[in-house]
Formats: sequence, structure tokens, C-alpha cells
Amino acid sequence: MKILVTVKEVATVDDEFEIEGTEIAERYLGADLNEWDDYAVEEAVQLQEAGIADEVVTVTIGPEDCEQTIRQALAKGADRAIRVWDDALEEINLLDVGAKRDLLGAVIAEEDPDLVLTGVQSGDDNFGATGVSVAEALGYEWAAVVNHLEHDFEDGTASVRRELEGGVEELTEVELPAVLTVQTGINEPRYASLRGIRQAQRKELDVVGLADLGIDAAAIEPELSLTDMYEPESESDVTVWEGDAEQTATELADLLRDKGVAQ
Amino acid sequence: MTDILAVADHRRGELRDVSYELLTAGRLLADETGGDLHVAVISGTVEDFASKLDREGVDVVHTVDYGEEFNHGVYAQAITQLYDRLAPRYVLTPNSVNGLDYAPAVATTLDVPIVTDVVGLETDGETLTATREMYGGKVETTTELEGPAVVTIRGAEWPAAEGTGDAAIEPADVTIDEDALGSTVNGFEEVAGGDVDISDADVLVSVGRGIEEEENLDLVFDLAEALDATVSASRPIVDNGWLPKNRQVGQSGKVVTPDVYIAIGISGAVQHVAGMKGSDTIVAINTDPNAPIMDIADYAIVDDLFDVVPALTAEFS
Ligand SMILES: Cc1cc2nc3c(=O)[nH]c(=O)nc-3n(C[C@H](O)[C@H](O)[C@H](O)COP(=O)(O)OP(=O)(O)OC[C@H]3O[C@@H](n4cnc5c(N)ncnc54)[C@H](O)[C@@H]3O)c2cc1C
Repeated sequence: MKILVTVKEVATVDDEFEIEGTEIAERYLGADLNEWDDYAVEEAVQLQEAGIADEVVTVTIGPEDCEQTIRQALAKGADRAIRVWDDALEEINLLDVGAKRDLLGAVIAEEDPDLVLTGVQSGDDNFGATGVSVAEALGYEWAAVVNHLEHDFEDGTASVRRELEGGVEELTEVELPAVLTVQTGINEPRYASLRGIRQAQRKELDVVGLADLGIDAAAIEPELSLTDMYEPESESDVTVWEGDAEQTATELADLLRDKGVAQ
Repeated sequence: MTDILAVADHRRGELRDVSYELLTAGRLLADETGGDLHVAVISGTVEDFASKLDREGVDVVHTVDYGEEFNHGVYAQAITQLYDRLAPRYVLTPNSVNGLDYAPAVATTLDVPIVTDVVGLETDGETLTATREMYGGKVETTTELEGPAVVTIRGAEWPAAEGTGDAAIEPADVTIDEDALGSTVNGFEEVAGGDVDISDADVLVSVGRGIEEEENLDLVFDLAEALDATVSASRPIVDNGWLPKNRQVGQSGKVVTPDVYIAIGISGAVQHVAGMKGSDTIVAINTDPNAPIMDIADYAIVDDLFDVVPALTAEFS
């Protein structure tokens, strides 16, 4: 079985930051492997270690800078990686779900995996819709927000648990090939070993552009445009206690005593 | 094309609250586009659901009587067929776990854009302006799109529609291709109750990713003991296996309403807030003065939890 995992490098934001236009100023940003994708990678690698998957391939949309993040996924055990980038993508301020679906879909159609694992959402733009979109576009089955996957795939189906709201899980069977969007908590993502990190440097990392995928730049022109970004207006009337830790702890202790909590 | 089609959410025989909120959002949009508000309710006891959804501002409720529980294939097929017939400008669905399991497929089939987890909506009939958050709630953004779209709305952002309406209730003329349904729901399971019921506690000391290491949880348990309080947590703590699932507060955990909720190193992501915003008094201990938790906290200490928590414990020892 071949598994493809979508891996995104997401921007992390410092506690204090400034907004320039419709972006957070570069100097307040860091980069990390998307939290949800980390769990998807781990699930794929575990399937490989169990002898169920023969190959785990990652696919990322992003500029050269994000290769360090892709290497993280390779260091954890993925076999090879594909990075999609093109000058035409440079100008786009918000890559919408449709554009991601077309780009990732073209790679997946080419690779023809049995199982695609994506994160439930990405921590930066937070759309939560790419996995299911790709599935529908390719005629794959799917399940969103999966927090448990049985590893036997009997009769060509995946038995999953979908995590619903309010502590309820849905038990579902999904025919393969399928896309599963992976929720945190499905497993415990590993740290990359030193050996893994060394090996990752030698693993194949292909870069493909729009022409390689047979996609016209006009086709992935986003239909959504980001027109404003601002810090949310706080309606809060929070009382912030000032002072060192002893002083603020005393304030809080007084409040708790007033409320009848402890003495 | 000016009408709006909203799709209700239900589970195990009950409409979910967000369904009524969706009616409010849908009516507001329909007023702006000058159109009608159509509501679809799919699977389960649709007649009963339809009469409950017949609230003020709803023009038509379309019922799709097929199967008992949610199946994303049934939803996707029914909605795309209704769309073809009604030609609404926007399809509104909840940004729920099930909404996210069919709405992207609907948008793909219809070849229209999707915008998810929306907290504000406006249209002049041509352009849709949607407000949403990015970077875990650190910023709010507006996005614009032209033409029809699928929009998923966040729960608890619009008030629930009230009153009784005089909507037409119509069985929808759709056919479901069973062969195309590649997934089957086999049942449901409640996540184990466990030893402690955090929803009973009067005082919760709740810990998040700011605690960094499992060993550091001792600090929080010491405080809880000094206060005679119960320890709860945000999701990452549970995902890491540091505390059992029954301690998780939030959308996919428990809803709690203690007298005092002390959020220690918790950012206040929307899915967490969904579980604790009904607490009487909320106290945040967080190094980030702009963390979203500050928006709902009554009191806050903007400082390192590793300094504040031991000092607080000492106050009571
Ligand atoms: C479908 C779905 C369902 C979900 N359900 C839930 C749910 O039920 N419950 C839930 O909690 N989450 C849920 N989540 C996850 C949610 O989106 C957040 O990822 C999670 O709540 C973040 O937890 P956190 O606040 O502990 O961590 P973070 O967001 O990482 O925040 C850590 C906070 O600690 C602060 N901090 C760091 N160091 C210190 C220090 N030394 N002293 C003081 N403060 C410090 C930081 O400033 C930050 O604000 C769900 C997500 C999805 C997609």
C-alpha cells in the first residue's frame, strides 16, 4: 500500500506582533510543521513499520524555504517528498481551498496512492477543507476528523473513528482509496532521531511546477481574496493585576478567598 | 440567484443548536440579497425536525427522508441536487465536524469557492465579505469573493432564531445513488467517563500547553490540592497522554460551568472556549497579553506560570 501525506509548513506568530497590510510582519513569524500534519505523518510511518504501507510520500505546497520542514517529515520516516512551487504562487496572498485542491490533486492523481492522510486543518489559515475537497475531486472516499484508524484494512475498507463534538465518537467504514483528515491525539508523534535527520538529507525531494502538473496559472488563481487583517477588537473588561508574581498571586488569592474558595 | 440555502445539523435524533443559529445568519444574508431562506434537513426524523426549524424568517424547509444518521455522501448528493434546482447564491452549513465532512465536497462538485469557520458575513448581492480568524485567533481577517459560494459558519456567533414561522415544508425531490455512498456509519461511542467528573466541579484549575512538560503538572496538582479544586486541561495535554480524556475541556471534550475556572497556560482557542465560557469567574494566567483567553477572562495575570502558580499555592499552604 502506498500512502501520501500532505505536509504544510505553517507560520507561527510571536506573542507581540505587528500587522503590515494583510500580513503579519515577517520579523514576528516563525515556521513549523503544521501540528495536525505531524500526526498524519506519524500515522503513515506507523503503518509502514507495521508492514502495511510500502511507501510513504509527502507532498507540500511551498517555496524552497520550507524544505527544512519537509526534511523533518522525512527524518521521521517518510520515504520521499514532493514540493509544489511556482513563481505564479509567489504573488498570491491567500491560497484558497480550491487552489490547494487542484495542486495537491494533480500530484495525488499522478502518484495514485491507496490512502491519503492530511491534517484536519492548518494552524495558520485554518480552512479545514482541503482533504475532503481533494477526495471529492479525485473520486476518492473520505472521512474528516479521524482520531482512530484500524490498521487491518479488511475488505479494502478503513475502519475509523471520527471525533464529533461533546465527547462522542462515530464508528465509520470507508472504502479505499480514501482521504482521511487526521485529528491530534490519534497517536503520539515521534521526535526525529539523529539518525533519521542524517538519513533525511539523502532522501529524494522532487520539486514540481505548474507546467509539470499540467495546470494553468489561471486555473489556480484564488477565488477568495484577503482584504483586511487586524487584531480582534476585544470586548473584554478583564482586570489585569500588575506587579511581580508574589503580588499578583496575592491579588488572586484574595479574590479566591472572597469567592469562598479555600481559606 | 439571490436565495440562500442553509443545511441543518442533527445527531442522534436531536437538532443541534447551531442549526437555529444558521437560520439567523441565513435570514440576514437573504435580506441582503433580497431572496428567500431555504432550509434543508437531511436524514433522521425529518418531519419532526422540519416543524422545529420552521422559525421566524424561514421560507421553505426541504426534507430529505433518507437514512437515520449522518452520511456525508447522502448530504453531498442531496445538497447538490437542491442547489441545481433552487440555484441559491450561498449554501450555509455549520462549521461542525459533520459540516466539514460534506461542505468541501459540495463546493468541489458545484465548482464554487468555500470559505470556512466564518464569524461574520455581509453581502451587497455581488460580493460576499466573510470575517474569519487566522493563526489560532490571534488575528481576524476579512475575505471577499464574487459569485456563489459554500460558507460554513462557526457556532455561537449568531443568536438562535426564535418564534414560529409559516414556512412551506416540502419533501425534496432528490434521488440518492446508493452505489456512490462509499462510507457507512456503524455506530457511536461516548468517550469513557473515568474517575473524575470535571463538569461537577465548583473550582477548576485548568492547564494547557504552557506547562511544557509532564513533570510540571505537579505544580498544577499542588495548587488544586491547596484550593481543594479539580484539575482539568486543554486538548494538547490530553493528546500527549498526560491526563485522561475525561479531563479535557472543550468542543470535543466536556462543557464545564464551575464558579471559578483558572486557565493556566491556555491560549483560549475557540474549541477550548466552547467548553468553558459559561464559567462564573474566569482567571487567566498567561505570558501573552493578547492571547484570545483574555477576551473572555474576568481577571488575568500576565506573567510566567512557573512563577505565579507556586506563589499562589504558597498563599494557601
Ligand atoms: C475539531 C477540533 C476540536 C478541538 N477540540 C478541542 C477541545 O475540546 N479542547 C481544547 O482545549 N482544544 C480543542 N482543540 C484544539 C484547539 O484548537 C487548540 O489547539 C488547543 O485548545 C490549544 O491548547 P492550549 O491553549 O493549551 O495550547 P496553545 O494554544 O499552544 O497555548 C499555550 C498558551 O500558553 C501560554 N504560555 C506559554 N508558556 C507560558 C508560561 N511559561 N507561563 C504562562 N503562559 C504560558 C502561551 O502564551 C499560550 O497562550 C480542537 C481542535 C479542533 C480542530
